[in-house]
Amino acid sequence: MSEFDKDQSARIGVDIGGTFTDAVLEIGNQQFSTKVLTTYSAPEDAIIDAMQQVCDRAGITFDDIDQIIHGTTLATNALIERRGAKTALITSKGFRDVIEMRTESRFEQYDLNLKLPEPLLPRQQRYVVNERVGASGEIYIALDRAEVEDLAHTIKAAGYTSVAVGLLHSYLNSSHEELIRDVLNQIIPDVMVSLSCEVSPQMREYERFNTVVANAYIKPLMKSYLTRLKQRLVDEGASCNVFLMHSGGGIISVESAAEFPVRLVESGPAGGAVFAATIAARYGLDKVLSFDMGGTTAKICLINNQTPKTSRVFEVARTYRFKKGSGMPISIPVIDMVEIGAGGGSLAHVDSMKQIRVGPESASSEPGPACYGLGGLRPAVTDADLVLGKLDPGNFAGGSITLNAREAEKVLRSEVGELLDMDAQTAAFGVVEMVDENMANAARVHAVENGEDLANYTMIAFGGAAPLHAGRLCEKLGISRLLVPVGAGVGSAIGFLRAPFSFEANRSFYMRLSQFKPALIKTLLTELQEEATQFVLSCDSRAKVECQFKVYMRYCGQGWEIPVMLSPEQAMHADEKIFRMLFENDYKAFFGRTVDGMDIESTVWAVNASTSSTTIPRANEMKYCGTSQVESTRSIFDPALGQSQEASVIKRSVMQPGEVVKGPAAITEDETTIIVPASREAIMQSDGCIDLTERKAND
Amino acid sequence: MTNRLANNVSKQVMWNRLISIVEEQAQALVRTAFSTSVREAGDLSAGVYDLDGRMLAQAVTGTPGHVNAMADAVGHFIRRIGRDNIFEGDVYITNDPWQGTGHLHDITVVSPSFHNSALIGFFACTAHVVDIGGRGFTADAASVYEEGLYIPIMKLTERGELNKPFMHLVRGNVREPDQVVGDIHALATCNQIGHSRLIEMMLEFELDDLKEIASFILDNSRDATLEKIAALPRNSSTGNMTIDGYDTPIELHVTLQIHADHVTCDFVGSSGIDKRGINVPLVYTQAYACYALKCAIAPDIPNNAASLAPFVITAPTNSILNALRPAPVALRHVIGHMIPDTVYNALDKILPEAVPAEGAGTLCNFQVSLRPRSDKPASRQGQRAEVLTFNSGGAGARPSLDGMDATAFPSGVMTMPVEATEHTGPIIIWRKELRPDSGGVGKYRGGLGQFMEVGATDGHEFDFSAMFDRVKFPARGRQGGGDGASTVIAREDNSPMKGKGKQFVPHGGRVKLEFPGGGGYGKPSDRDRDLVKRDFARGYISAAVAQTEYGLSDADIREIETAIERGETL
Repeated sequence: MSEFDKDQSARIGVDIGGTFTDAVLEIGNQQFSTKVLTTYSAPEDAIIDAMQQVCDRAGITFDDIDQIIHGTTLATNALIERRGAKTALITSKGFRDVIEMRTESRFEQYDLNLKLPEPLLPRQQRYVVNERVGASGEIYIALDRAEVEDLAHTIKAAGYTSVAVGLLHSYLNSSHEELIRDVLNQIIPDVMVSLSCEVSPQMREYERFNTVVANAYIKPLMKSYLTRLKQRLVDEGASCNVFLMHSGGGIISVESAAEFPVRLVESGPAGGAVFAATIAARYGLDKVLSFDMGGTTAKICLINNQTPKTSRVFEVARTYRFKKGSGMPISIPVIDMVEIGAGGGSLAHVDSMKQIRVGPESASSEPGPACYGLGGLRPAVTDADLVLGKLDPGNFAGGSITLNAREAEKVLRSEVGELLDMDAQTAAFGVVEMVDENMANAARVHAVENGEDLANYTMIAFGGAAPLHAGRLCEKLGISRLLVPVGAGVGSAIGFLRAPFSFEANRSFYMRLSQFKPALIKTLLTELQEEATQFVLSCDSRAKVECQFKVYMRYCGQGWEIPVMLSPEQAMHADEKIFRMLFENDYKAFFGRTVDGMDIESTVWAVNASTSSTTIPRANEMKYCGTSQVESTRSIFDPALGQSQEASVIKRSVMQPGEVVKGPAAITEDETTIIVPASREAIMQSDGCIDLTERKAND
Repeated sequence: MTNRLANNVSKQVMWNRLISIVEEQAQALVRTAFSTSVREAGDLSAGVYDLDGRMLAQAVTGTPGHVNAMADAVGHFIRRIGRDNIFEGDVYITNDPWQGTGHLHDITVVSPSFHNSALIGFFACTAHVVDIGGRGFTADAASVYEEGLYIPIMKLTERGELNKPFMHLVRGNVREPDQVVGDIHALATCNQIGHSRLIEMMLEFELDDLKEIASFILDNSRDATLEKIAALPRNSSTGNMTIDGYDTPIELHVTLQIHADHVTCDFVGSSGIDKRGINVPLVYTQAYACYALKCAIAPDIPNNAASLAPFVITAPTNSILNALRPAPVALRHVIGHMIPDTVYNALDKILPEAVPAEGAGTLCNFQVSLRPRSDKPASRQGQRAEVLTFNSGGAGARPSLDGMDATAFPSGVMTMPVEATEHTGPIIIWRKELRPDSGGVGKYRGGLGQFMEVGATDGHEFDFSAMFDRVKFPARGRQGGGDGASTVIAREDNSPMKGKGKQFVPHGGRVKLEFPGGGGYGKPSDRDRDLVKRDFARGYISAAVAQTEYGLSDADIREIETAIERGETL
């Protein structure tokens, strides 16, 4: 290794996204990053290419790499594009259509021509066995091995390569699912088997069956990809360990990932949330809203106490305007994010009520927004940003595309302005205000759902389009501080390098506080702790493992449970009074009041094991020590003031720590531009973060 | 850019914001409510109103039944309470079926919104509570007096002071006092959340009142709705439908007329008041008729006072669709859910190729009252439980799409997971899956209904309260499409049961249910052969139907069966 100390480990984070594959190499406190186009036919090609670039820049070889952390949208894409394996489902007799009947409701009330999404597996690929487990785990109808053997031969004859097994109440009694696996392994050993009691041991058959089907569906594909990748890395000289980012924000071994590939879904955005969490730690921030805006979508996540919020279920592959209910539910531990169709490429139009609407339809990279000059005929958010002066036409994407403001104005006038009696600039203002409002509304609703008030939050913005919009979003949400970290364009890949080894094990277990059983709780949590810890140790056998305990609780009769964190002491020596107190405190934080006289019940118990997070050194926060030298000015529209302002323009690279730029201003860099509204000022922090705060009155 | 133009943009933003505010309000209710109908099924609504009680925005929830009713409700509150009697910190309440949303189980709560000590508007929300006393959630009452506790429009809270005697009264009159009182608090809380968000918006935009934004919303919505109506053929038509009713069949008739600037929809000729609690107050008729018309004519225009006003819905006094006090109305949804298909029967004659064939309509809901067996001592300790489930039959085929299988229409509620249902009591759902051949044949197939089979765990017996329709009168196809299959309800030995009413099932007995399918659209001979083959491969239709109705040959059938054995997808 050339200029680097042998003791410093070299780690690479690689993120395969829809358009780009990002790589970040970190040696000590030095970072090297790059973006290359994703190679769909063989994704490992782009990985090798990107890794080669960063290694060359650092002057090291593949042999010097100590660890690779990988995240990918391949699992998500395989589900969205239905490119999975030939898969069969084996389920309980009488329940063949659970994944097809969904919730029996329409996710859009007023559309008479609504199309419901097709299930992953059509009906003829769903087989039933005569068996039944009850709601207490008792067996009503015992499964007959001979029946399973017959079915195994049918499956063999049909040539399935993967089988999902989902039986009713298997999260309470898994013996029938296990019997099916034994028989399948014996008769058709080459076929991969996924059990719902292992993939997602939670109550609610639709979510659990769908999750095990999704796992089985992508398992052969992901297993083969991961095997190929490992081999390719070895061939290229990188024989180090490879780990995978999972949707819960931690990393797992290649073997676990191949067994439970559904846990890789949305691993890229999870990396982004981890990235934001490390910035939060660096600044000692306990309440952070991360805002990631790219070309087609924006993602918003709450990060409290430097830990991203997690959830037990989320929806993938939404088919109808990102609408809740139009996708398929996956119940796995996941970082809880809202994703809306709002990005730089989102297209605007005027609806029948003369309202400007933006997204979720998006201009693809070709022809792209009208200002790319490649034939785009509808105004995109980027067009509006350009017309408002937020982008420098000569310096977009590092100067790789020259933006054409005339084309942008033309489509804004024809598609929006003329219908509303507005000039191009007002139309652009309308488009940008609407997309910012959509994102602000999504953030508000998400905060309400989590019982949070955004007023005390700090925003951390990353992704190509976020710095253009984050300042305005803060104004709308009443957020007074905004951080734009270095490396915002490859935030997810940096996040991979910061993620701990972690695994969450959970199980449904109903218990009322009036029938509190401390011994049972201890047994259950000990089992979950063991399961989760083993996973982590399988990645790093010497790791020091920390466990977090969580129970979901609600008033008996309610349908919505809230997560309650338990200390190890509270978990292992459970006390009814303490459980009640913890629940009531959290309930009050969510909803403002408690309900007297109601019994309380627990539904799901979870233990998250992770390697202890490395202490992140606090940034040395800078105070004002001079004003940055402004290079030039240009006219930028300020939406809060409703008019254009002469704004300072300055390169991020020339700002020195402690230097301040007062809004209105544009701080430019190769990948993006940070817009500082007139209401804000920006200070360069010692770690390169641009830190926006409210300007004081009369300043 | 002028201020006028910038002003237009900020009004657009505010309109968006108000819609987001009522969605937040509704979310808060879903998360804090106790009744399954609210939290699992989405049977609730929430809205914001101006000073005159005109609805400005309404959350899109699972219940079209609240659309128009909610729009009118606040006007009733202002009148009854009296403007001089409205104070900061007040909360009002009612469950009046005629001034709220159609039956005593729906509680509506209205809260005035004050900004800088001045009244600026109102928030309202409605939820279906788990119990309201009386005879319970059945059609058994002879008048509304027997259906439970009646709460006239009154103050729940005055100047922040809770009306405690009223809460005692509620507690003393319902079977699940904790849950009902919890739901009332949840309703008040969700209005409070809406109010806080509204004030934040008013501070941000430096508003003193809602007058300007109200006229912006209402003017734009009115214009957009009128434009849609103006584009329709100026014509009139009639429609009808016959449904099972309780003891005797019920006739629904409608006369629809498209005018230049409004649509009238009169249910003249419909049956009179029924003896059973399936009568419908006019507010509920208006809600479902209006919902049907909006879906077909102006689906993308949000609900508010102006977008609803051009739809004028009437029904003769004391007909089943305009039942006056004291008619029993507890199960008004059973008839109410059939209103959209009746309206479409007429609308199809004016606007061909626009509306679906008839579907299952009424939700296939049932309630099971379980208890320890009474014929002999139970071998182990038994338990009592009331279990309510929501289920759907098939929807009607559309002019260019198959009907949705086992999917609710017009209601938008969700079913409960079987595993969750089985945790609520000693019940076993032995079967819940699609019912092949139940969708009406056609160029586009009607949606499939579903099979269910219900029993109790060892040591228990139960009463089964059925609330089904389409036993005698299945969903009719359109344009040559076939009818959907009828509802069938029977015991485990196939002895028939009744479509409506409480029926005893002894220890060891089971109820077998076949829920109805939707009607088909267009002639079956015009159906794409690949879709016929696909339907047979998936088992949506049997070999017999594939051959007799759609003309597949023996060879076709064998070919498909072989393909399935080879695991091929068609």
